[in-house]
Parts: sequence; C-alpha cells; structure tokens
Amino acid sequence: MNGILGYATYLPYYRLQRSAISAALGGPPGKGTRAVASYDEDSTSMAVGAGRRVLASLPGDLAAVYFATSTPAYLDKTNATAVHAALGLPPPVGAFDMGGAVRSAVGALGAGLASTRTSLVLAADIRTGLPGGEDERDGGDGASALVVGPGSAEHPVIAEHIGGGSATGEFLERWRVPGEAFSRRWEDRFGVHALLPHVGRAVTAALVGAGVMPDAIDHLIITGTHPRAVAAFARMSHARPEVLVDGLASSVGNTGAAHPGLLLASALDRAEPGAVIALVVLADGADVLVFRATDTLPGRRQSPTVAEQVAAGRDDLAYPTFLTWRGMLARQGPRRPAPTQPAAPPSLRSEAWKFGFVGSRCRDCGTRHLPPQRVCLKCGAVDHMDAERLADVPGTIATFTVDRLAYSPSPPTVLAVVDFDGGGRYRCELTDVDPTAIAIGDRVEMTFRRLYEADGVHNYFWKARPLADSAPAPSAGQGQGA
Amino acid sequence: MASKGIRDRVAIVGMGCTRFDEHWDKSTDDLLVDATEETLTSAGVAKEDVDAYWLGTMASGMSGMVLAKPLKLGTKPVSRLENLCATASEAFRNACYAVAAGAYDLVMAIGVEKLKDSGYSGLVLADAPGDGTIGELSAPALFSLLAPAYGNKYGVDQAKLKEVFTRIAWKNHHNGALNPRAQYRKEVPKEVIANSPIVAGALGIFDCSGVSDGAAAALIVRAEDAPRYTDKPLYVKALSFIAGAGRGAIDPDYDYTTFPEVVLSAEGAYEQAGITDPRAELAMAEVHDCFTPTELILMEDLRFAARGTAWQEVLAGTFDLDGALPVNPDGGLKSFGHPVGASGLRMLFECWLQLRGEAPPERQIKTEKTLGLTHNLGGVPGECVSFVSIVGSRPSA
Repeated sequence: MNGILGYATYLPYYRLQRSAISAALGGPPGKGTRAVASYDEDSTSMAVGAGRRVLASLPGDLAAVYFATSTPAYLDKTNATAVHAALGLPPPVGAFDMGGAVRSAVGALGAGLASTRTSLVLAADIRTGLPGGEDERDGGDGASALVVGPGSAEHPVIAEHIGGGSATGEFLERWRVPGEAFSRRWEDRFGVHALLPHVGRAVTAALVGAGVMPDAIDHLIITGTHPRAVAAFARMSHARPEVLVDGLASSVGNTGAAHPGLLLASALDRAEPGAVIALVVLADGADVLVFRATDTLPGRRQSPTVAEQVAAGRDDLAYPTFLTWRGMLARQGPRRPAPTQPAAPPSLRSEAWKFGFVGSRCRDCGTRHLPPQRVCLKCGAVDHMDAERLADVPGTIATFTVDRLAYSPSPPTVLAVVDFDGGGRYRCELTDVDPTAIAIGDRVEMTFRRLYEADGVHNYFWKARPLADSAPAPSAGQGQGA
Repeated sequence: MASKGIRDRVAIVGMGCTRFDEHWDKSTDDLLVDATEETLTSAGVAKEDVDAYWLGTMASGMSGMVLAKPLKLGTKPVSRLENLCATASEAFRNACYAVAAGAYDLVMAIGVEKLKDSGYSGLVLADAPGDGTIGELSAPALFSLLAPAYGNKYGVDQAKLKEVFTRIAWKNHHNGALNPRAQYRKEVPKEVIANSPIVAGALGIFDCSGVSDGAAAALIVRAEDAPRYTDKPLYVKALSFIAGAGRGAIDPDYDYTTFPEVVLSAEGAYEQAGITDPRAELAMAEVHDCFTPTELILMEDLRFAARGTAWQEVLAGTFDLDGALPVNPDGGLKSFGHPVGASGLRMLFECWLQLRGEAPPERQIKTEKTLGLTHNLGGVPGECVSFVSIVGSRPSA
C-alpha cells in the first residue's frame, strides 16, 4: 500500500513576537510568536531546506518533485527546477510547480500518494498581510517535505495511506490578485457557512473509504485558510483534546501551503505504530487524507522534530525589520550600487556550483576546490577532477568580518572564510547569525538562500550559518525526538 | 625564475603629480594635461620628444586614445594598461622595459583616475556578467579579514590591534598634513580616528584610504642618457611584479596574516637590487596602505619587521617620519588619497622628491641612505597582484 516514506520540515530562524506589532501599531496586545522567513529566504529556498532534510535519509531515486506554494518566486518559469538543482537531483527526475493556491499542497500530496512511483512533495509559503491585519499576525513562514510512494524493503512506508476524500466548491472566501502582496477575504462568518458542508462530506467519504470510525482517530489535524471554520469543525468533531494536533498558531502561525505537511510532520513525530492520523484541510472545499503509522515509523522520525525546530528559533525580531524584509517598509541603504542581475549563460554553465554547491576534487592529490577548478591548486593536474557536492559538509570559520558598506537587502553583510571538513575553503556570507557573536573556530553549515533580486532575477546561492548543534538546545519537555 | 632585472639600466629624469583631491572641477583630460605638463617641464622636454607612452587607468577610460586625445599626440604609440590598484606601477614597469630593450630613447609612464564622478561611497568596480555567486562585498570588509586572523595568530587582542591601526592612520595623516599635494592635509587626533564610524569589522572610516581623483607621470631614459636631462636622476634598481593565482581564497593553508604575493614580489626586488637587509638599507618606503591593517601586514611581508612583531614596531614609532625606516612620508594612500590608476606613480614621485633632497623641509627625511622602495598592491587578501620597485639616487658601484 502506498504511503509516506519520509518527512521533514523547515522553519526559519526568526520569530516575531505578536506583541511587537501591537506595541508599534496599537490595538489589543498580541500573544505568542509567528515564524518569519529571513530577508534572504523565499518559498523556493525554504522548500530546499525541507527537501534537503528529507533526502538526507532517503535515496534520490525519485520520479518527480511537486512543489506547492501560494507565494511562488516566479511565474511562467518553474520554481521546482531550482529546488531540483539545489537538491542535486538528476535530470530524469521531473520537477513541477503546483502553483498559486493554498489548496495546491494537499492536492499535490494526494496526487503523489495515488502514483505508482515515488514522489517528493514539497510545500513552502511566506504568509503575511498588510500591517496590523490578521494575516500578518496569524500567518507564518515555513516548508514541509514528504516523500510518498509504494515503498521498498530498504525504504518502507512509515505511514500507510488508508483513505481519503475531497469536496470541492466555488466561492469567494480568500483570494489574491496576481501581483498583490496580500490576500483579500470575504466576511468572516460567510467562510464558515461556505466551508463546513464540504468538510462534512469529505471527512465522511474518507473515513468510509479507510474503514475507520471517527473515534479510532488517534491524531486529528484540522487546518485551512479560514481559522474560524477550522475552529468550528474542531468543536463539531467532538475530538478529545489529546487527539487534536496543535495547529502551532501560538508559535509558528499558519504557513499556508506548508501547513498541512508541517502539522502532519508534527503528528508523525509522536505517533505510535498503528496510530491513525487524519489530515483535514479546509481550502476552497475540503480534502481529507487518512494514514496509519507502521512499525517502521519510530526509527525514521525526522530530527530535529517540529517541536525542536519551533524551540530553536530566535524570537526577538524587531517589527520594523520584519516590515522591511516583507517589502512593506522601504529603507535607505548605503551609498553603493545595487547588484546587477545574474546572467543566464554563466548561471547555466555553473548550475552544479551555483545551485548544488558542487566543487571539484583532484583525482591525483585529493585537493578540494570551491568553486570547481580545472587546474589543481596544489599539484597542478589539469582536468583530473571529480565533481563533489559539499552542501552537506560542515565547516569552521577561519576569519570573518561585518561589512557595513556593501549592498545588502538587510545590512550589514556578515562575511566568513569557511574551511570545510575534509578540505576546501570558501569565502561566503553568514546568515541567521548574530553579528556580535562570531569567533574564529565557530562551526557552520551551508544553507541555500536567495541573495537578492536584481532586475526581476532572483539570485540563489549558498550561505553559511551557525551549525544547528551549536544553536540553543530546545527547552525541557518540548523535544519529542525518537 | 624571477626577473633578471634591469638594475641601473634606466633612470627617471622627470616627474609630475597633481594634487590628489576631490577634483569636482577637473576632468580626466584635465588631470592628464596637468600631470604631463609638469612632468615634461621638470625634464625640459616637449611632448614631441617623447617616443612612446604607457597610460595606466583602471576605470577612467579605455585605449591609448584616453591620453592621445587630450594631449593631441596622434603620431605616438600609447599603451593602456590595467592591473587593479597596481595599474600605474604596471605602466611604469612596461615603460622601463621598453627603454631597457632599446626600442625607445625617451618614454613616459602616466597614471590617472577619476573616481569621484561615480556618486558612490568607496571604490566601485564594473564586473563582467556572471552567475551571481561572487558576493557584493566591499574592499574594507575584505581587508578587515586580516585583523581577527592576525590577532588570533599572534595573541594580540582586538583592542590592542585597533590601537595599532589607529597609530598607522594617525602617522599617515601626520605626514600628509605636511604635504601640499595630499588630499587630506590635517592631522587627525587618535581619539577621532579610533572612534570614527565603523565601515567593516574593526575598520572605521579613518582606517580607509581617501577616494580621490589625480594623475602622476614619469619620464624614463637609458641611464647613460640621464645626465642630458637632469643632474639628479633616479636609477631604477628593481621592478618586481606578481599576479596571484587567488590561492588564498580557496586554500585553507592561507591564514590571512600575510600577502604571499607581496613576499614573492619583494624578495624578487631585493634580489634584483642586491638588498639583503631592507630595513637597514632603505632610506624610505612608500607602501600600499589602502586600509590600516594592510600597512601592518606589509611591514612584515616586506621584511621591515619580524613576523608577529610589526604591531609593536608600529606603536614604537619605527615607521614614523623620524623613525628608523620612514614609511609613507607623503601621507600614503590614507592621507594623500588613492586615485587607483595613479597611485603607483605617486609613490615614485615621493621617492623622486625625497631621494633628490627636494621634499619640503618639514618632511624631508634626513639620511645618508640612497634607496627608496615602492609597494603597490591590487586585489584583496588571498587574491591580489603585487608590485615592488627599488629606486636610488646613485648608480651602483
């Protein structure tokens, strides 16, 4: 039976205290935090973050990558191809966007589960709205990755897909005109009226198909585009509190297309073998997927868990910085030229380097080169190189500086010379870092980022960030790791 | 192998240098005319007497016509050269070789740069279309990488290093204040330097060289012809140049406390000139103090101080105008200013004044020594070009 072979999530480093919004703009004091993608992240780069984690323990023998987002970096051009390149996947693996709507994500997951081949289903979103609004406050940024398919002896199904149901309707509940930075919504109570009948139909169909009674559900995930309707269905379900999976509203916020995968991951972090997990997504109708955890799940949970990722963030982001990053506040930068757009032919020539962080290693003397070189730095051998991907190799800071003059979408630029474990050096930007707390000898890992946008071109490349191990440990009681 | 050298085969017989400044009222053409007129006059020759020209400019124009048009040359070869911040030195080197080869009798090397028209802070380079993986980093940031690495290697805390950098800037401003051609002509108190706004890493605005416009030029002839033009020629003892392979940027063995390209080019120059103890034998040195940590590192790379000790020598005043080895007596890039394509020849201009005893009395170095060194660097730590010349007021025995 088809099912989930692996899962992972990516939450950005920063959290915005909701009280920071009310402190700046007035209104009732906000509670909790929301996750915030950094200035150098977008839906594509966060999808890479989640994809790297899930593929670290699974093979790359995928048939296709499906990438769902309501905030695509490009239209016309496929965004999943950049993810594909950053994950180092071979050309025969397809890469497709499931674009535009929040609902695309659960649709992509359902399609992947229905396929006879193995698929990587990615979802990522940056959710915000106009300053002071509900979407800004209650939205969140993040990504989820699920590998789904028939499984194998080596990579067994960790959660069987035992049933599903959908109900589709056409109504104006939440929408956004292409090019606009925020969503529009109809009156709140109308959404409950329009959505709830669909939820009932889809849930009934799914449970009948799966052959399970409602009270057999061990983990019930209810999420969607409409908080009031989600809450209403949670009440109607009469599910016991321990069965309802926390929607992470108080810590992460609603991550749009990424949220179904994020909450499914949260459930998989904890589900025992045999447990039934139901995912209910309210968006332009309702979609329900039902899973049963297998005996192989406990040994294949993601690390860090969702709870650990939630706890690992930094929660003191200033509200003006948040507004600047989301393009809501134009700020004066240094008197320096803006960068020029990356050119297409050199970007194609260096695809493996630029997107995959692939260097070269000398066949004669073993010296590593970043970027890849044809002539060996040490022994001078010409064209005796093997390609070597270094995206997952950690490194150590040899020296560093903080550049307050260079152009950056969010000055200052933090720069480090990184020496990689096993050889190779590269001078690159640091991100997700406190500029006042860097030292020679600090450990770093690579992360795929959008450096800047110039003339309509997103410049994707790699930066280093403090190694997760050296990040603050999760607080007691929040870690759920196997 | 390193260059065999052309020791004492050619000599400088005339020089000129504009003031380096924010020349809002002068164009590149104006600066070229000013520098060539002063240089021709200093040797008592006309532009028609000059057989060939080497023009250095990094970004103020392309081709030899940049010089031929404003000067109305039209019948002479003009080569246009670029080698980052060592551009003027590169023009000088090639001009010297053409004379040594016997191809010409009298040639001019000239460097010019017009930086202040860009409208940006600091230096801005136009890059070829690329894949976007080369970071948008500033020059001060890349040179500031030296500070933590040096402090870490030699156990000097960053506060002490900041004091060293401040002392270097203070010294060069002190010298520049005595120089009517310098961009910045006033002393700056150490407290002002130390507390100036941070640009990158430990470097404040006063740790950075002046961005300016300017031009400088030299006339070169065979040594035996020099007396026809001046009774005080400067003999070229050594010309040494290295274009780095950018190893440091990708090689973990490079530790950011030295410029290997400088060490190599300096040793080549000392060999050509027959110098064994540069600190004792040189009357003065003009070095590439683009940022204060650069001058610190250069003192060790040029063997003016032992490894790990230059910071103490700086604090002790060894490289002051009245120190054991005056460094940047004209104020250096820091105070004289750094119009990129002109700086290498500006360094030679100070040797021209000092070694001929023609510097203004308040900064004339009192010494019996006859040799001066210029060091001119382009690029950044780990990937740079480096030029070292030795000139002297007497032919070798």
